[in-house]
Amino acid sequence: MTTLLEIADYRLAFDTFDGTHHVLDGIDLRLDAGETLGVVGETGCGKSVLARSLLQLNPSPPARVVSGAIRFRGEDLLRLEEAALRRLRGRAIAMVFQDPASYLNPLLAVATQMEDAIRGQDSAAGGRPRPRRAARALAAELLSAVGLPEPQRLLASHPHQLSGGMRQRVLIAMALAGEPALLVADEPTTALDVTVQAQVLALIDGLVRARGLALMLISHDLGVVSASCARVAVMYAGTVVEEAPTPELIARPLHPYAQGLIAAVPDLGRPEAKPRGMPGSIPSLLHPPSGCRFHPRCPLASERCRVEKPLRRTLLPGRSVACHHATP
Amino acid sequence: MLIYVIRRIGLAALMLFGLVCITFTIANVAPSDPAALAAGPDASRSQIEQARRDYGLDKPLPEQFLRYVSDLAQGRFGRSVATGRDVGTDLARYFPATLELCVLAMLTGVLVGLPLGMLSALHKDGPIDHVTRIFAVSGIALPPFWFGLLLQLLIATWLGWLPTSGRLSVVTEPPDPITGLLLLDALLRGQGGIFVEGLTYMILPALVLSFPCLASILRVNRSEMVEALRADYVVSARAHGVTPWRIVAVHALKNAMLPTLAIIGLRWGWMMSSTVLVETVFDWPGIGLYAVSSAISGDFKPVMGVTMIVGVNFMIANLLVDLLYGVLDPRLRSA
Ligand SMILES: Nc1ncnc2c1ncn2[C@@H]1O[C@H](COP(=O)(O)OP(=O)(O)OP(=O)(O)O)[C@@H](O)[C@H]1O
Ligand SMILES: [Mg+2]
Repeated sequence: MTTLLEIADYRLAFDTFDGTHHVLDGIDLRLDAGETLGVVGETGCGKSVLARSLLQLNPSPPARVVSGAIRFRGEDLLRLEEAALRRLRGRAIAMVFQDPASYLNPLLAVATQMEDAIRGQDSAAGGRPRPRRAARALAAELLSAVGLPEPQRLLASHPHQLSGGMRQRVLIAMALAGEPALLVADEPTTALDVTVQAQVLALIDGLVRARGLALMLISHDLGVVSASCARVAVMYAGTVVEEAPTPELIARPLHPYAQGLIAAVPDLGRPEAKPRGMPGSIPSLLHPPSGCRFHPRCPLASERCRVEKPLRRTLLPGRSVACHHATP
Repeated sequence: MLIYVIRRIGLAALMLFGLVCITFTIANVAPSDPAALAAGPDASRSQIEQARRDYGLDKPLPEQFLRYVSDLAQGRFGRSVATGRDVGTDLARYFPATLELCVLAMLTGVLVGLPLGMLSALHKDGPIDHVTRIFAVSGIALPPFWFGLLLQLLIATWLGWLPTSGRLSVVTEPPDPITGLLLLDALLRGQGGIFVEGLTYMILPALVLSFPCLASILRVNRSEMVEALRADYVVSARAHGVTPWRIVAVHALKNAMLPTLAIIGLRWGWMMSSTVLVETVFDWPGIGLYAVSSAISGDFKPVMGVTMIVGVNFMIANLLVDLLYGVLDPRLRSA
């Protein structure tokens, strides 16, 4: 398998009025073509910031890259000009967002938004944008591909006339327009009704499989990720604390935070045990804890954890953990 | 959409009625006695009473009100008690001059304010943004008559680049009226020289009139554009590869235009009423000057007429804005 995406020691800070927020603190991740990776973590741990980084969509300022590289097919995104980034957006890496209501423009018809995306990608590729009519035909095809009936009527409608599930399907259809190699889905079902969640996940799953896409699926819910992703990365306060094949992580998490996360989920892990909440709360990213960012909440914390940031080490084949005390 | 339009028009009609009530009330609580004014300074008591009957001022208030409303409905604004002239005819003569001035001022405000607002939003906190901010704040803060006098002194008196006041020089024969709008009439009659001369007379008052309007359009458009440019839908448009100019000029601007339109509508009404100051400073023969000179002599029918004209302009502008809202925002259309 060829490496599609490689994030190496990526640090991103936000410079705001109250100081520098160290939001991403040395992210290392790899994704092969056609591979599926889940990213889980509590709210505020930097999942969306990470997802946006892949297309350089974080507003800068305040966002500032401190160090690292994000290589897509070997090319470092952090060194690309805006024009080069535009060639990637939608056509190499595409994104599906959390809240389909706010990520569609309320004043523009679905057709306009899809045509603009398709034609924008044409011109970013250096060619003349195809005529609106042709773009619209492709848009209709894409809408059918995501299981939406009556695409012509849908194209003429505005976002407020659609249900949440339909909006998210429209956004997924748009993401497919440029035949990307990597689909980044940032909590694609969080804002949807429970009944629709499963359908949308199944749709993404099916599309990824049928088109051989690589998928980075972001969620705070391990259950969502476990159904679609072969591997999971667990994030805590801007760092990846554990990465493992999904079934292995669920069966035997090695990082204390991952253990807590799984214990907090009712039907995963040991069904006989009651879910346990995790003590403490998310640390401030303005003044992050020294050493291991998890140490104030960790049952295993020692003096070393307070001063030395643990590097992620491979404990078992395909499994790596960033903890001084974890053992295979 | 139809229901939306009907509702907006109904609302405007209601506002019109409110305006009629207010102008009538104000005229009747004003301290001067219009009958005495009409009869002249040396009139005897019986002459004053005669004038009172002539103008229908002896009737009970409700009856006067009904007559006022029915007159207005037929386009009759009554007679000026000071000059005896028909106020409707006076208004028809003075209003085009004011309209012309306000249209030019509004065009300036929109055509300069919108692009500057967008530019400042795109370069938020950059040098352009700081310059336009200072510019806009002074536009909002400077009192128009003071700014007008300043420009008059500087550009007309000292530098002599533009005429000080009036609508044309006294020796120039104005074009035969077609619309009453001097610039338009000059064009229609093919009198290019008069068009240019008229324009030079118009620049200073239009500038003074448009400055606060331009400033508030700029500021509102800027902050709405800043807001729109960081909205989620712009993030997804960028992620999907929509071209940057299309994001700015369509995806963001359309959203930013809703509040900007509202401010444009309001400013049109404010502009009409601030002609009272600006036309006085520049001796511009419009309804503002007409209102001032009538008010000084306690002549209330012209003042009521001007108030009505300004109010109707306010309402028409806001009705147009509401209808444009309906065109721009699909959520309103289907509500
Ligand atoms: N534009 C920004 N300016 C300043 N801080 C930001 C900005 N965007 C994100 N952050 C900060 O980055 C941190 C991580 O935010 P992020 O949205 O990535 O969290 P998340 O893991 O996606 O959470 P959630 O599950 O709620 O979506 C937060 O502390 C947030 O305040
Ligand atoms: Mg998020």
